[in-house]
Amino acid sequence: MNLNALWEYANPVKFSRTVSLVLPWVSVLALVSLVVGLVWGFFFTPDDYRQGSTVKIIFLHVPSAMMAISAWFMMLVTSLIWLIRRHHVSALAAKAAAPIGIVMTLIALATGAIWGQPMWGTWWAWDPRLTSFLILFLFYLGYVALWEAIENPDTAADLTAVLCIVGSVFAFLSRYAVNFWNQGLHQGASLSLDKEENVADVFSTPLYVCIAGFVLLFVALVFLRTRTEIHKRRTKALLARERLG
Amino acid sequence: MIPDLGKYADTVLSSYAVSILLLVLLVAVSIRAARKARIELEQVEGRRNG
Repeated sequence: MNLNALWEYANPVKFSRTVSLVLPWVSVLALVSLVVGLVWGFFFTPDDYRQGSTVKIIFLHVPSAMMAISAWFMMLVTSLIWLIRRHHVSALAAKAAAPIGIVMTLIALATGAIWGQPMWGTWWAWDPRLTSFLILFLFYLGYVALWEAIENPDTAADLTAVLCIVGSVFAFLSRYAVNFWNQGLHQGASLSLDKEENVADVFSTPLYVCIAGFVLLFVALVFLRTRTEIHKRRTKALLARERLG
Repeated sequence: MIPDLGKYADTVLSSYAVSILLLVLLVAVSIRAARKARIELEQVEGRRNG
């Protein structure tokens, strides 16, 4: 595969055209995976011997937490591409991904709090993973606010890219805080190559389907929202040209 | 229809309700914004070409 061909998608017209072709398929796959994974997890998995039926929350909590962190890393990659190669589509893709990341982080925090109450006896604890996740959420809000606050799109893309690089520390900590500080309430990874740490197969298979669904939903929404940003920018440029006569 | 969730029924159901609501809202807002942006672009391009 010729990797250089990927740069063709930096062309907004080519990107929009490709999105129009791919988006319906990715959307259908996302919907099917989400419905199958969540129905399987909710209706057809047994209760856990320690956590009872609350184990069913894993099918929302783990995929959303994974996507909250992955979305930030996707934004980091596209921000770096913007800073290095100045491709507008990559800056717009980062901008488009941020609200999705906010929702994923919110779902992870909300389901974690609801799950934590009966299991830990508290909605919230200043545990390393929870705290770094909350900071990541605040970084997401700051990132979106910064985009909205700056008039010039190139300056906004530059400054948000820098913010994204700084916030990556917390995205990284959100993932590995449990390993770094062996303390706090949150347990280690639910899915691991180490069989002893991994959740039981009866839960892991529908969990993988849910994760696939969340990933596909993220991809579909990033495509859709990036194309929206391209359309908005094109409209703005044409209106500016109209005003100039 | 709903499996027996025992004493944690409220916990599980509220988790699913909050998450599904947020996901549906995100998708709805994204589709609405996409439609609005496309229509505005078509109008401006139409004015320009016609």
